[in-house]
Amino acid sequence: MEWLSEFGAIAAMQGFNGLSVFCVLLLMALGLAIIFGQMGVINMAHGEFLTIGAYTTFVVSSLTSSYAPAFGPYYFFLAIILSFFIAGAIGWLVEWAMISKLYQRPLDTLLATWGLSLVMQQGFRSIFGAREVSATLPDWLMGSWNPTEAIDIPRNGLFVMGLTLLLTALLFLMIYRSRWGLQVRATMQNRVMARSVGINTKRVDRMTFALGCGVAGVAGAAFTTIGSTGPTAGSLYIVDTFLVVVFGGASSLLGTIASAFSIAQAQSLLEFFTSGSMAKVFTLSAVVLILMLRPQGLFSAKVRK
Amino acid sequence: MFQISNLASGYGQSQILHELNLDVAKKEIVAVMGRNGMGKTTLFKSLMGILPQWGGQIRVDGKDVSKLETHQRVESGIAYVPQGRMIFSHMTVLENIQTGLPASAGGKVPDDLYALFPVLHDMRHRKGGNLSGGQQQQLAIARALATNPKVLLLDEPTEGIQPSIIKDIARSLKEIRNMRDLTIVVSEQVLSFTMEIADRFLVIEKGKFVVEETRDKVDEASISRYLSV
Repeated sequence: MEWLSEFGAIAAMQGFNGLSVFCVLLLMALGLAIIFGQMGVINMAHGEFLTIGAYTTFVVSSLTSSYAPAFGPYYFFLAIILSFFIAGAIGWLVEWAMISKLYQRPLDTLLATWGLSLVMQQGFRSIFGAREVSATLPDWLMGSWNPTEAIDIPRNGLFVMGLTLLLTALLFLMIYRSRWGLQVRATMQNRVMARSVGINTKRVDRMTFALGCGVAGVAGAAFTTIGSTGPTAGSLYIVDTFLVVVFGGASSLLGTIASAFSIAQAQSLLEFFTSGSMAKVFTLSAVVLILMLRPQGLFSAKVRK
Repeated sequence: MFQISNLASGYGQSQILHELNLDVAKKEIVAVMGRNGMGKTTLFKSLMGILPQWGGQIRVDGKDVSKLETHQRVESGIAYVPQGRMIFSHMTVLENIQTGLPASAGGKVPDDLYALFPVLHDMRHRKGGNLSGGQQQQLAIARALATNPKVLLLDEPTEGIQPSIIKDIARSLKEIRNMRDLTIVVSEQVLSFTMEIADRFLVIEKGKFVVEETRDKVDEASISRYLSV
């Protein structure tokens, strides 16, 4: 029976591994689900907002260790909040200066935001240097949790999972229960009509874009617990992120969650049985096949035409 | 109460509306009749600020709204039910009505709205897009009324709706007018509907008002001549 318990332990760890890939994908995709899914803006610079969050965390971490070491164990929470507001504020500026002029021209938005992402990457390089940096993690994020002797679950994974759950729940509440969410959904369905019932759509757009960027910033802060941060850290994830949102069905938050879950689980299971790149090939082909059969994505609302 | 003076508007280079003048009294219902392509929808869109206004003035209760953006015009008391209803089809009936409510309402739909359209209360958790045409029209009117307007603009409300529901809509419009002291401007091609509700009739042709008659003097035959092709 020795091999059975070993197999169980591997299954549990692999399952957790899948779950943490799921959380990472979901964290990245949430901001984009708002910006691309709800607003229909293709923001190629989304990854850079993630990087902003990661660098913010790094800066807070180094400031803490040099000026207030006693604050060390708790700085991370401050870093998350700061990441949200800094990424959000920059998002607000970008919407005001650039995106708001391009709502009628989706292809131009793609090009412009791609250019913006290059500018931002170079900006990071000039400010922080090309070398990757990492934040000093507080002790409670290090090491792992062992429910049994054979099972080894990393604490930072658990933390990211908790953060993802919290953020998803908050976003759901905001979009489906708040007045702001109602206005966002109305604006996205019919901009002209939303104005005609008294909604200030310009303000809604700006708020929505800023919120999406803020969420990306939080995702960036969470990433510093998993990997190190370089100028191009965010752009590595942008393709996966779009994949998750498109696969889930552009305007459905629930679809984004389901899609992140299925892609992550498929990926991590296949990775165990084959190799990393084969796993990617299989997942991508499956996604392409399913999208050919269901171009609207996994979840799409059914109403009369 | 609701005054339009020298209103001009159009698309790109081509002017559609030429120097329109109209003065609607409080609680009055005015019907703007005309065939397709004569400028009815253009008139309504420029009143809402959806189309750029080339010249002229629009006043609600003495306040000039010509320079305001669409959502500010709604705040100033103009509500709009567009042609084709344009409800938010992916949102529930309740949410559709809530989009029109001012922030101070806290998302609570006033009882008199549901009293006017009981069917909306029964279906409040259904998706707007799954309602029938007539129900969607009632929803669009309820959504507009939720903004608590002084003037209600309705663009071809009977289009594609069965006759029995048209009667219902006519009845509820008159009811709303009395209940909320509302001024109503409605564009139509169906004469029977406007004969039932309107106090005054205007015919629009090529962006100009060519006929104006009050209810007691109106000659059905002369107006219908303008409506036939």
